[in-house]
Amino acid sequence: MNSVCNEKPQRRGEKFVAFGLFACALLSIATTLLIVGILLNEAIEFFRAIPVGRFVTEAQWAPLFEPQRWGIRSLVYGTLVVAVGASLFAVPLGLGSAIYLSEYASRRTRSYVKPLLEILAGIPTIVYGYFALVVITPVLQTFLPELGVFNALSASIAVGIMITPMISSLSEDALLAVPASLREGAYALGSTKLETTFHISLPYALSGIISSVVLAVSRALGETMIVTIAAGATPSLSLNPLQSIQTLTAYIVQVSMGDTPFGSVEYKSIFAVGITLFFFTLVMNLLALSIKERFKVEAKL
Amino acid sequence: MKNDFETAGLQEEGLFMNRGSRFVAVSRHDVWRKFKDSLFAGVFLTAIVLSLLTLAFLLASIIYKGHGSLSIDFLTSYPSRFASQAGIKAALAGTFAFVAITAPLSFAIGVCSAIYLEEYAPRNWFTKLLEINIANLAGIPSIVYGMLGLVLFVRGLDLGRSVLAGALTMTLLVLPVIIVASQEALRSVPVSLRHASFALGGTLTQTVFRVVLPVAMPGILTGTILAVSRAIGETAPLLTIGALTYVAFLPSSLFSEFTVLPIQIFNWVSRPQVEFQDVAAAGIIVLLAILLLLNSAAIVMRDRFRKRMG
Repeated sequence: MNSVCNEKPQRRGEKFVAFGLFACALLSIATTLLIVGILLNEAIEFFRAIPVGRFVTEAQWAPLFEPQRWGIRSLVYGTLVVAVGASLFAVPLGLGSAIYLSEYASRRTRSYVKPLLEILAGIPTIVYGYFALVVITPVLQTFLPELGVFNALSASIAVGIMITPMISSLSEDALLAVPASLREGAYALGSTKLETTFHISLPYALSGIISSVVLAVSRALGETMIVTIAAGATPSLSLNPLQSIQTLTAYIVQVSMGDTPFGSVEYKSIFAVGITLFFFTLVMNLLALSIKERFKVEAKL
Repeated sequence: MKNDFETAGLQEEGLFMNRGSRFVAVSRHDVWRKFKDSLFAGVFLTAIVLSLLTLAFLLASIIYKGHGSLSIDFLTSYPSRFASQAGIKAALAGTFAFVAITAPLSFAIGVCSAIYLEEYAPRNWFTKLLEINIANLAGIPSIVYGMLGLVLFVRGLDLGRSVLAGALTMTLLVLPVIIVASQEALRSVPVSLRHASFALGGTLTQTVFRVVLPVAMPGILTGTILAVSRAIGETAPLLTIGALTYVAFLPSSLFSEFTVLPIQIFNWVSRPQVEFQDVAAAGIIVLLAILLLLNSAAIVMRDRFRKRMG
């Protein structure tokens, strides 16, 4: 900052403005520190009452019943079932769309289709939750009569629809960054579009594509309203998507909406759950970021 | 030639020979390649068509379920135990109230942060840390912001479950989005404009606020509008800080309790009576209409910006 300022003419207030702007930028650091600090602080209080051993090893999560059970694994399983289910749905759809738009579609088609996909990305999650409960579940029940009103499958599909535009848009960006000369080289050697896509474009854009998928999965892990509305509130160690489950996020909502007294173990438990969720998404986000950084270096070569 | 290969007992030369006698097997191979090409073009196209059909199906089913409950009364009534009398007056007022606080606040702080990062910050490890931190903040689940708001604003600053606590929580949530969008807008301003201003003796602050910022403003506003529409649709963080789900009054001050559209919709969706699902769909139609309006404004602004730059 100083080195730049010193070369320019100085006026009164110049330093003051620079400091004000700096303070605004610092707010984002403060936000991160506050999030980590608050989650840790309350979670540590929780672990004073409930030993970490019980948190990790117990098989059930039933804090609102007697005897209380604090096995986080069943909430983690529920979260993973939804995230994996959503990816199974969203990765083929999103990647297929991205490949079509970047490799096959004319510029005109792209200019019409892309904004439409962006609409999907802008729809609030509460709407997807409604869609899952009121439309997807009844439709699925005609094929799967044993499917309950609340189930992981519908929620996974809705979360999948939600993260598809994220994968397609970020992957398309990665594919569009492939130099045209590489593609033209492949065409000149007689390759079809498909061969060019699989042997040239996809390998070149791979890190960008993987990072888009990782980001989307992280989004699915933290998704709250869809699973709260459509997946039910039954923590379970079962991996059966036809059952009702509960995710980390849905538990936090359940407790915040109930009349749990402030300061009780149940109240503090949402912070232990929150820090687990924070840890998962942080790892995914940093992973996506580092993959993308590598991509930048490769692109420069 | 053919005989040579055959006597050598090489079976796979089929390929080479075929290259020679173009009309037989080479074209068969090529036909297969072409077929695979169009087959996969179809597969990729299907992915897009499926995505777009899902969008159409989603919108159609919501309009189908909700249009019957839409009326002026729906907009001007408070919620009710009876589905036929329920309305979104309090929720609409709550949404407008908290946007009125969140939008200017997050705009001011976000733009200032972006200006610092793009125009003032030295290229060192601390700036790098700031940027990584912002990217990371954008990826933190919204419900975690809700927990932050609960401890910091509702309990810590003792704001209670008020409009102000909700708006401040939302401000922190959308800040990273606005910062990143503003940074991109600032980056797209040609360096030559800055050089011209410096050459005329402008200071850094004069250059940034009188030359760079006005040019970048449409891009910044577009980003802000998109961020605000995200805030309007957010439900989870406000549920966590304890926004009420049943409110039959208008927010009268910064400290009154409140509800917003998505929470009102959530309340109706989670009721067991089927008729409330249609009321929820009507609420969703209003919510989507507001978002559509905002997004169209953003697109119009972006186009104007492009024309001026072009």
